[in-house]
Amino acid sequence: MSQLTVNGIRVDDTFAEAFGMRATALTITAHSVAWANQAAVTMTGFATSVIGCGCESGIDRSLNPDETPDGRPGVRVLLFAVSTSELQKQLQNRVGQCVLTSPGSACYAGLEADEELKLGNALRFFGDGWQVAKRLGDKRYWRIPVMDGEFICSATTGLSKTAVGGGNIIVMGASAVTTLAATERAVEAIAAVPDVILPFPGGIARSGSKVGSKYKGVVASTNDAYCPTLKGSGRSALDSDIASVLEIVIDGLSSTAVSEAMRAGVRAILTLGPERGALRIGAGNYGGKLGPHHYHLKDLLP
Amino acid sequence: MSALIFILREAPLQRVDLAALTPDRLLGLSESKIAALELQTTRVRLCAGELFKIRMGDAMQIQFEGGHERFDRVGASMTKGEINVAGDVGIQVGRLMQGGRLTIRGNAGPWAASGMKAGTVAISGDAGERIGGPLAGETVGMRGGVVVVRGDAGARAGDRMRRGLIIVEGKTGIHPGSRMIAGTLVVRGRAGSLPGYLMSRGSIFAMNGSDAVSPTFADSGVHELVANTLLASYIQRYSADVAAALRRPWRRLIGDMAVIGKGEIFSPSVPS
Repeated sequence: MSQLTVNGIRVDDTFAEAFGMRATALTITAHSVAWANQAAVTMTGFATSVIGCGCESGIDRSLNPDETPDGRPGVRVLLFAVSTSELQKQLQNRVGQCVLTSPGSACYAGLEADEELKLGNALRFFGDGWQVAKRLGDKRYWRIPVMDGEFICSATTGLSKTAVGGGNIIVMGASAVTTLAATERAVEAIAAVPDVILPFPGGIARSGSKVGSKYKGVVASTNDAYCPTLKGSGRSALDSDIASVLEIVIDGLSSTAVSEAMRAGVRAILTLGPERGALRIGAGNYGGKLGPHHYHLKDLLP
Repeated sequence: MSALIFILREAPLQRVDLAALTPDRLLGLSESKIAALELQTTRVRLCAGELFKIRMGDAMQIQFEGGHERFDRVGASMTKGEINVAGDVGIQVGRLMQGGRLTIRGNAGPWAASGMKAGTVAISGDAGERIGGPLAGETVGMRGGVVVVRGDAGARAGDRMRRGLIIVEGKTGIHPGSRMIAGTLVVRGRAGSLPGYLMSRGSIFAMNGSDAVSPTFADSGVHELVANTLLASYIQRYSADVAAALRRPWRRLIGDMAVIGKGEIFSPSVPS
């Protein structure tokens, strides 16, 4: 594979291939930042990949009290799925089990769109007849009595059909420590980009996958070409100096958001340099035939 | 472009129906056609040009220079634009209004915003009885929009209200929020006797207490609810003072148990 070298780091002449997804956003508030975060973290848990979790979800950013509908600290959460029906199911289950249950929480629409998903309109039945709706201007809320007062929830939240899932950066380095340092730096930079999430633990995946498997019924399996212990097996895509590989997967509400996130990540890795960070940057794709969104690394360089 | 201005020549000798003088009805009309519009409510013909001196301008911004308590149905059924009245108005201002903004710099008669569906009505003085309420034979009152009364309001403010927000910065007459179906009524001053009489759902804020509360309301204690904070944020643009006062604990009474009892009255945490 042809490569460019920027600041001593090799950049593959390749692209990340991403797919269209359904997505929505929520604003979760609570009495304190800690409890808003707790609700958001619980809700976005076990949501790393649509392959096994039904959805991909994460925290977009923290919200100051002046950015939330009820003037309390909050967190913006994004949720992605492959279909509207799956997104609706995941939204309802996750908010119902993880946000409704969290002390002092409230949950509001975090996205305005022509098409909507049921939020409070689905959860209101928990009120067992004691729930009441309240319309303020063009916004409708449900007030559901709970044991610490009331759970306030927007009736609906917006549905995006132009979201993108699967933007990615593959970070390759000489050791686990330096590779992780470079990847962490990229995650930190991407956190400042709005409308994107990194669904894997801490924003990083160490078990990138390929489509299919030698075993019947297994839809995804280890990305053997990027496993350093398999160098020399004949299918390896790694150079001799690479001993660790990590991947950042990016989901965004728009293609532009994913592109900007990748740009921020790549720049952060390049800025850190090869001594303390990565030796090589790549991206995952399926030959360009499956996903409509292609993000070429060479277009994202400083 | 400046506003379309109606300057009152002299007080009308009969009640006049000004429903014809809204942005919806006047857009595209010439001065002569506007002057020929009939406003009378008796057999004595009275045209707009006889009652007002007309200064042509943008029909989306209508201004009445001079009002009168015989000016009925100002802004009735309007869907867009602005109407400003410098003076008093009569009955049913903003009746069945569906959008736009109606500002009365004076007092309004009974049934202001009766059956209103959307838009904003602001009354700088007092309002008569049954703000937002239905007329005889109608089952539902105000269905949306916002009404702000800077002064006092008469009896049965928000009668049979279905949706929307009424803010009364002064006091109200008896039975505020009577027969409310839903929606929000905020009374900054003293609420008249028996607020929420036969209300099924909805919220009433008697922020300065009430003369008497029906025994069919049950005390559910003092609460600092997120819903009230949301309401405060929404009300901020209409009445900063009321919004500030909402952001504190309130005693919640639930009722009216004489009907389905899903309404609520918020009153001071310590009864006044």
